[in-house]
Amino acid sequence: MSVSNTTTITSVGAPNRRNTELALLVFAVAIPIYAFADAGLAKHGSVPAGLAEYGLGLGLLAGIAHLLVRKFAPYSDPLMLPIATLLNGLGLVLIWRLDQEPTLGAPMAPNQLMWSALGMVLFGLVLAFLKDHRVLQRYTYISMVVALVLLILPIFFPPVYGARIWVRLPGIGSLQPGEFAKIIIAVFFAGYLMVKRDALALASRRFMGLYLPRGRDLGPILVIWALSLLILVFETDLGTSLLFFGLFVIMLYVATERTSWIVFGLLLSSAGAFVVGSTEAHVKVRVQDWLHPLALQNGGVTETAQSMYAFGSGGLFGSGLGQGYSRLIGGIASKSDYILATVGEELGLAGLMAVLLLYALLIERGIRTALAARDPFGKLLAIGLSGGFALQVFVVAGGVTGLIPLTGMTMPFLAQGGSSVIANWALIAILLRISDTARRPAPAPVPSPDAEATQVVRSQ
Amino acid sequence: MNKPLRRVAVFCGLLVLALLARVNYVQFVQADQLQNDPNNRRVAINQYAQPRGDIIVDGKAITGHTETNGNDFKYKRTYTDGPMWAPVTGYASQAYSTSMLEGVEDKFLTGDDDRLFFNRTVDLLTGKDKQGGNVVTTLNAKAQKAAYDGLGDKKGAVVALDPRTGAVLAMASTPSYDPGSFAGNSLTDEKNWQKLQKSNDPDDPTLNRALRQTYPPGSTFKLVTAAAALEDGKSTDIDAKTDSPDPYPLPGTNTTLPNEGNIPCKDATLRNALKYSCNSVFGKLGDEVGLKGMVDEAEKFGFNKQQFIPVRADASNFDTDMTPDHLAQSSIGQFDTAATPLQMAMVVSAIANGGKLMQPYEVDKLVAPNLSTIAQTTPKQMSTPLSPENAQKLQSMMETVVNSGTGTNARIPGVTVGGKTGTAQNGVDNKGLPYAWFVSYAKTDQGSPVAVAVVVEDGAASRDEISGGGLAAPIAKKVMEAVLDK
Repeated sequence: MSVSNTTTITSVGAPNRRNTELALLVFAVAIPIYAFADAGLAKHGSVPAGLAEYGLGLGLLAGIAHLLVRKFAPYSDPLMLPIATLLNGLGLVLIWRLDQEPTLGAPMAPNQLMWSALGMVLFGLVLAFLKDHRVLQRYTYISMVVALVLLILPIFFPPVYGARIWVRLPGIGSLQPGEFAKIIIAVFFAGYLMVKRDALALASRRFMGLYLPRGRDLGPILVIWALSLLILVFETDLGTSLLFFGLFVIMLYVATERTSWIVFGLLLSSAGAFVVGSTEAHVKVRVQDWLHPLALQNGGVTETAQSMYAFGSGGLFGSGLGQGYSRLIGGIASKSDYILATVGEELGLAGLMAVLLLYALLIERGIRTALAARDPFGKLLAIGLSGGFALQVFVVAGGVTGLIPLTGMTMPFLAQGGSSVIANWALIAILLRISDTARRPAPAPVPSPDAEATQVVRSQ
Repeated sequence: MNKPLRRVAVFCGLLVLALLARVNYVQFVQADQLQNDPNNRRVAINQYAQPRGDIIVDGKAITGHTETNGNDFKYKRTYTDGPMWAPVTGYASQAYSTSMLEGVEDKFLTGDDDRLFFNRTVDLLTGKDKQGGNVVTTLNAKAQKAAYDGLGDKKGAVVALDPRTGAVLAMASTPSYDPGSFAGNSLTDEKNWQKLQKSNDPDDPTLNRALRQTYPPGSTFKLVTAAAALEDGKSTDIDAKTDSPDPYPLPGTNTTLPNEGNIPCKDATLRNALKYSCNSVFGKLGDEVGLKGMVDEAEKFGFNKQQFIPVRADASNFDTDMTPDHLAQSSIGQFDTAATPLQMAMVVSAIANGGKLMQPYEVDKLVAPNLSTIAQTTPKQMSTPLSPENAQKLQSMMETVVNSGTGTNARIPGVTVGGKTGTAQNGVDNKGLPYAWFVSYAKTDQGSPVAVAVVVEDGAASRDEISGGGLAAPIAKKVMEAVLDK
């Protein structure tokens, strides 16, 4: 990588880029509004009645978020908020569009809009009250407890569609604690690894060219590995367990700079995946579906096959919003897990690649933030959050398109689901906070009056 | 910590790259296959998303469409005189796919054909819905009605061709079915469809007997044998006596080939042998021509090959490897010889057309929604089974059959008609009821405008009553009259 001035490391004197963000936000709001009108025209031949409300709602939310960023994180990354807004807006349009299919059940777009608003409120709260991300360091072990509780909680609730990832709260609805645990556990890892990284990195034995950690330092990775396996077995949730283990390995690698951790992690995860994959029935079905996506089941076409048909039928440019048949996937999954199939069919390969690149850009900005951060905790937290985000995008999109077996996770921002959208807005807020700290110009040194008096030759 | 960070960045980039590669593979490389997968419901939805183009006979559409509500499929196919036209149109059913012309020209009728690309693009730009093209057939509504009504309750098939071009004028098959009765995808449609299946109806009404059923052609095949003998030079003078015993001892066996009834077949001339339908004469003649000559001639008439008009017709059969006794039996249309009604109509039309066999076809042209002609079928010669002189001789023989032989039922006043009857044995040891055949052509001063083949397999009639002249010839006569506008 070149050491040019394009990296955000050169923070001194960097412009704050808030106007760039505002300009991009205009597009991020305008594109979903246009898409909404397009879908309405295709579906009913008229501009949808709620266009003004939705447009205004999204515009207002984006505007308030922008003002909050101007106020509380003026030097933060200018791309993350517009990209998240655009993805969230597109998600709303896609869910509204699928709401127009009577076979897919009750409309979910109004709720999703409400959840998005709540997510943005949380975004604002994080920016306003988390003045410095290093505060989170204090809560390392509390985070651990909270994350563990959140992860274990779904075991006590009945499974939904074969996976125990939901918590039902009477009167409020269901919650996916895994989405929040993703952030909280990244905080724990960052705090823990910052303290332990020297021990983990240096106290090691060399064996066959690899630095092997000491037995007692192996403890934490084994605990996390066991925990993610437990999630897999008891909650039959391939995605979440992959996410947590992957997150941990990435952060461990970054903290210690030891490749051996990666080798170790890969070995452990493939062993775990193999054992569980060949014993757990639910996971086995997923693997079979992945190997034979078009196979009929009891003479019927499977959801997996339907989503493949949706992608294939989209072709290069898609059928246009509202003109595809992704409803054939059926059930509520077409609005959550399979939402990318609608993108693929109606916006085509071009649209799907654009959406994937938006995610890539968001991830890239997150990693840049990690690079730019000046403190190890910030670096670790930023890479944890964006690495986890990247893994989630890969696991979901790869699963839906048949690259890897399907798992029960949702596409951040795009898919229907309150927990997901709220948690991801919080995630963006934390990343913005770190990047604000990283890019903020260092305060100018106070001119020392002593130096002035004793100076013979002016050096500056 | 920045070095591992950069590596993680590269790793995340690879993840995204893998996703991009995968979606390109699915949506570009696999797209066609996924789009057209039979299990992909979009295929059927798309077929019925807009009104299908029509199938047209004599300038009038014999198909239509009606709008349906409450399911994936917007339009449903309807048929005018469905049972009569079923062998031509086939069916286009939301639940049970397509057949015959509806199947072969499906892409054109739905508007998805590449040749309609320009129209589609214009429609797209002007905001109109995609429209299907029309298929204009060569059929003659009056002849078709004559054929269908003539068959009536009987089981059988009729094919009429224009010998000069090969155009199909009539194609009927009974018992028939109404393709409109299962065009939708409701429970009623399902019940109607089930009722028509062979397992529930031994008469197999959805079978297109004109194209997809082969029958032993019986005595009508003697035309092919006569043609082979004339072309081969084994016979030159049709009015000269032949050297034929009665009955004819099958070569290499102790059995003999007898004649039906008391008819003058010993040493009969070729003309009389055809007039009385002498098995002995033609059995011997086939043996004299030999296997190669017989096979060559039969194949020139179109045997042993599927025909596409453009709907597929089953291949008719004349064995290419057999012993002389089997050859003799095959030469009178028995043993393994089997022909579709279309095949026998082709035989007659080649004789009527001065020896030239025209490629049969039933689609005259494909017309785009804006009425411009996209494709026009030009008549094409398929082969020359006979020289003009030999065709003349065979015509003269066939006319004798109608004027004073077994085919007098097909006589039309003021018109030259030539024909040949056939009563083909059916089943092992002739246990099944025989098939009644009649093939004929009519001739005016502008050449021959019509050749017909009729086959009746009638379980209701008694054995004695089933004869080509009695059951089949009147139907052929009606069809010829309809074409001649008599």
